[in-house]
Amino acid sequence: MKVAFTASGDTLDATFDNRFGRAEKFIIYDTARDTYTVLDNAQNLEAAQGAGIQAAEHVVASGAKALVTGHLGPKAAKVIFSAGVEAYHADVQTVGEAVAMYKSKALKPLRNADVEGHWV
Amino acid sequence: MRVAVASGKGGTGKTFVTVNLARSYDEPVLVMDCDVEEPNSAIFLKGEQVSSRRSHVLIPSVNEQLCDGCRVCSTVCEFNAIAVIAGKPLIFEDLCHACGGCATFCPQDALHEVEHEIGTITEQQDGSIRLISGKLDVGKALAVPVIRDVKRSAERARESMMLIDSPPGTSCPMVWTVSDSDLVILVTEPTAFGLHDLQLAVETVREIGVPFAVVLNKDGVGDSRVERYCEQNGIEILARIPHDRVIAELYAQGETIVHDARYAQVFSQLWQKIVAFTANEEAHRA
Repeated sequence: MKVAFTASGDTLDATFDNRFGRAEKFIIYDTARDTYTVLDNAQNLEAAQGAGIQAAEHVVASGAKALVTGHLGPKAAKVIFSAGVEAYHADVQTVGEAVAMYKSKALKPLRNADVEGHWV
Repeated sequence: MRVAVASGKGGTGKTFVTVNLARSYDEPVLVMDCDVEEPNSAIFLKGEQVSSRRSHVLIPSVNEQLCDGCRVCSTVCEFNAIAVIAGKPLIFEDLCHACGGCATFCPQDALHEVEHEIGTITEQQDGSIRLISGKLDVGKALAVPVIRDVKRSAERARESMMLIDSPPGTSCPMVWTVSDSDLVILVTEPTAFGLHDLQLAVETVREIGVPFAVVLNKDGVGDSRVERYCEQNGIEILARIPHDRVIAELYAQGETIVHDARYAQVFSQLWQKIVAFTANEEAHRA
């Protein structure tokens, strides 16, 4: 299964990004093969509005069935949950740590948006 | 003739100048309150309400039978207001700028536009003064469509003189309000803040290319920096309104001041200057 992680770099050593819509990149990790691809989010990073919505649309389009991030705003949450993607909260330093915690089922599920819009 | 009353800074006296100009005009005059986030002209121009109607924009609605999930709408949307999930568009109304792009470009004709209410337009008559005010609903972000609606209401107006109370600032609402004027009066005060924001407003109206001049309000409260700036930049000061306790008291009570002969003179002279300024502009253009 593919899982999306918010990241500020291209590798598992990259800093895990707490932000969703304005994360620099998404690491799409395939838990069956232990491989990953990187999805750039630069366009949404600079969006005047609606960054979370478009980021969520890209994550959904990547085929990810779960999302691991710091926090999720209301609009992004609406898109993510409409698509039937699960969301998890992580508070870690690197993407690699988040991947390990996801695999060991140590992450707390997010059932709703947990921050207001324009959180950062 | 259309005269817009604007400023960079808020609280310099745009509404004050607008309503007192309206009161001291001898012929019928139409006042448009385009400060749709805080329309205050009606406080000073009392009178009977003639009409009231809701103002709306057109936003997209999806016909799910026709939609094939092609994502053209989401790609076209400049404002990130549409996400296509599980083959169907999710529309975020409060991000929509009502441009109509998605409905225009939808290859399946699956999007049609529906009315979305964002404000109210009211009209009232106070003697020879007709006032059309726009008021944006709390929680709505689009001031410009309400401003456009106020202006549409004023099309084919019977009055030949129109005064426009502009929103503060120098962004879209102010630009839309003043850009079709024959003259923009920039109201300022002789302070550091007044000068700073006047300079921004001057840059904006120069960029738009509309004739403009300054009214110095609360004259005597600060120093001569605004006067120096105007002189150095060839900007005409049409009137100086004194910093005066009586004016402040009347204004605080929601009253105009031109029933008092001392102040009536300031505004009748301002009207003379406005007429002379616009005649001069016209001659210059010809």
